[in-house]
Amino acid sequence: MNTAATTSYLDSLLQGQPPASPLSWLNQLRANAVDRVGALTVPTTRDEDWRFTDISPLTKLSFQPAQGAAQLAAAQFEQWSIAEAAARLVFVDGIYAPQHSFNHAGFTVENLATGVAPHDTAVQAHLGRHAAFERNAFAALNTAFLHDGALIVVPRDMALAAPVHLLFIATRKHAASYPRCLVIAESGSAVTVVEDFVSLQNEAYFTNAVTEMALAGNAEVHHVRVQRDGAEAFHFANCAVSLAQASRYHSVSVALGARISRHNLNVLLAAEGAECSIDGLALIDGAQLADTHTLIDHALPQGVSRQLHKCIVDGAARAVFNGNIMVRAGAQRTDSSQSSRNLLLSGKARVDTKPQLEIFADDVKCAHGATVGQLDVDEVFYLKSRGLSDTAARNLLTYAFGAEVIERIPVASLRKRLEQAVMAQTQSAAPSAAGQT
Amino acid sequence: MIYQDSKTLLAVRDLHATVNGIEILKGMDLTVKSGEVHAIMGPNGSGKSTFAKVLAGHPAYEVSGGEVRFEGNNLLELKPEARARAGVFLGFQYPIEIPGVANSQFLRLAYNTVQAGRGKDELDPLEFDDFVREKMKLLEMNPDFLDRSVNEGFSGGEKKRNEILQMALLEPKLAILDETDSGLDIDALRIVAGGVNQLANKDNAIVLVTHYQRLLNYIVPDYVHVMESGRIVKTGGKELALELEARGYDWVGAEAKANARVST
Repeated sequence: MNTAATTSYLDSLLQGQPPASPLSWLNQLRANAVDRVGALTVPTTRDEDWRFTDISPLTKLSFQPAQGAAQLAAAQFEQWSIAEAAARLVFVDGIYAPQHSFNHAGFTVENLATGVAPHDTAVQAHLGRHAAFERNAFAALNTAFLHDGALIVVPRDMALAAPVHLLFIATRKHAASYPRCLVIAESGSAVTVVEDFVSLQNEAYFTNAVTEMALAGNAEVHHVRVQRDGAEAFHFANCAVSLAQASRYHSVSVALGARISRHNLNVLLAAEGAECSIDGLALIDGAQLADTHTLIDHALPQGVSRQLHKCIVDGAARAVFNGNIMVRAGAQRTDSSQSSRNLLLSGKARVDTKPQLEIFADDVKCAHGATVGQLDVDEVFYLKSRGLSDTAARNLLTYAFGAEVIERIPVASLRKRLEQAVMAQTQSAAPSAAGQT
Repeated sequence: MIYQDSKTLLAVRDLHATVNGIEILKGMDLTVKSGEVHAIMGPNGSGKSTFAKVLAGHPAYEVSGGEVRFEGNNLLELKPEARARAGVFLGFQYPIEIPGVANSQFLRLAYNTVQAGRGKDELDPLEFDDFVREKMKLLEMNPDFLDRSVNEGFSGGEKKRNEILQMALLEPKLAILDETDSGLDIDALRIVAGGVNQLANKDNAIVLVTHYQRLLNYIVPDYVHVMESGRIVKTGGKELALELEARGYDWVGAEAKANARVST
C-alpha cells in the first residue's frame, strides 16, 4: 500500500497557504477543506472515477504556490486578449494582476479576495456550496487555498452580451495555482464568461481550478472554457453549476493543452424548466491525456439538457469521457440528449467513452449515443481527387470534425482564434497543403 | 469536337478492376483525344461509375489487369492527388458534404494545391475571391455558396454546380463527369451543361458517364459508348444515344453476344 506516501503528497501541496481572511466563515471553510485534504488521498486508477486516468506522474513532482506575481508586459499576453471583452481579470500563476485587468461590465467583476467582504451574504450563500470537496481531493485543495479568484455578480435583469474574460497565465516552472471562480447570476440576468488557461512556458506546473456558478430564476449564462495549458502541465478542474427555475446554462469547453487534464463538470437542474447545453472538444496528441467527466442532474420536472462531446486523438494520446445523465424520481418530462463522438487518428490513440443514463422517472425523453471511428474513406478520397495530399485531406477533415464544437462559442474573435489554433494543430504534420505527392 | 491530328489524352487497354474481390471491369478499352466529348452509357451495374472512380484512383477499387495511359504516362501508378494535379478531374455522382469547412476555403485550398503542383502561381484569399466569383457567374451561382460549408445542405443541383465550379477552377485536361445529370431539374441541367460546354476546348476532353440520353441534348458527344458487364460493347456517334433512348439497352447486349459468337 502506498496510502501513506500519497497522503503525504497532498500534505506537501498544502504548504504556502495564503494569509487568513478577516471573515471567520471563510477561514472556517478553508480549515474544513484542509481537514479533508488531510483525510483524502491522491486518486489512483483503482478508484472507479479515475479508472482510465493515471495521475501518478503528478505525484513524482513537487509544486509550490507562487509567492508574488511575476511582472508581465502586456505584449506577452496580447495574443490572448479578447477584443469584445467588457471586463477582464488576469491571474498570473494564480495571483491576481490588477494592472492587466479592467472592468467596464457595469457590475461586479473583481478579485474574489477583496470582493468577498462587500458581497459577504451572497458569497457565503454560494462559495463552497456547489463544488463539494468532502470526497474530492482536488476541490478540497483548491478550497484550502481559497484567496485570489474571480467574483462575478450579475444583478437582477442585467443582461450583458459582451464577454467577461478570465485569463489564467502560467509563467513559472513547478508552480501550483488554485484559480477560483464564483458566478452569481441573479434572476433574469444574462452573462458570458470565458475562462481561459494559457501558458508562457512549457515546463511542468499544476493548475487546480474550481468554478461555481449559481443561476437564479430565468438567468442565462454562457460559459466558455479554454484549456490551452503548456505541454507538461497538470490541469485539474471542478466546475459545479446550479440552475434555478427556467434558467439556462450553455457551456463550451475546449481542451487542447496539458500533459494530463481532468475536467469535472456537474450541472444540477435544481428547479423546474431549467435548460443546459454542455459541449466539449478535446484535441490531443503525443502522450497527452484529457479526461472529461460530466454529470447532468435532472432533479425536477421539465428540464432540458443537450450535450455534444468530441475527442480527436492522435499519437499515443488518450481521451476519457464519462458523461452521466441522472434523471431523478419526479423529474418528469425531462428531455435529454447526449452524443459522444470520437475520432482516432493513429493506431496508438485511445479513447474510453462511457455515456451513462440513470433514469428514475417514467415520463422522460432521453437519447444518447457514442461513436468511435476514423476518417471516412470517401471523404478523404473526395479531397484527394481535388489535389490535396493525403495528409492535407485528413487534416482538413479532422479540423472540420472539431469545428462543429468550436462554432458554438458565442464570442466571435475567440471562435476565430480557436479555429485557427485547431487548424494549426491538425496541420502540424503537414506544413504545406501542396506538400508531397 | 473531333480535331485532326489531336493528341491522345487517355488510352485504356484491357482494364480489369475488382472491388471486394468481385471483378467489375472486365476488359475495358477506350481512347480519348483532346477536344473530344465521349459519353459512356449503359444499364445500372454495367461498371460505368466504377470506371470513373478507377480513373480517379478510388482506394476501394483494385486494378487487376490492363493499363491506363494519360498523356503517355502510366496513370495507375499515380496517387489520386497526383492525378488531379496532372489534369484528371472526377465530377462526383454524390459529392461529399464537409460540415465545418467553408466552401471558399476548400475551393481555394484545392485551387492553390493544384496550381502549386503545376508550378503556377497561388492566389491569396482576396485574389481568389475575385477569381472564383467570376467563375461562379458561369454557373449562375449565388456568392452565398462561398460562405456555406462544403456541399452541406446543398440541393442536388447546387452540389452538381459546385462540382462543375471545381472543374472550372482546376482546368483539367480530362474531366470525367459521373452522372452529373442525375437529380437535376431542367433548369439546373441547362445551367450545368452550359457551364461544361463553355469549359470544353480543343486542348481538353470530357467523358460523360450517364444513364440517360437527356444530358446529351445539352452536351453533344462525339462518341457514344455502351457499357455492359464491365466493358464497352458498342461505340457510335451521337445518334446512338437517341437509339438507346428509343430502344433501351437490351438489344445492344444481344447484338454484342451474337457478334461474340460469330467471331469465335
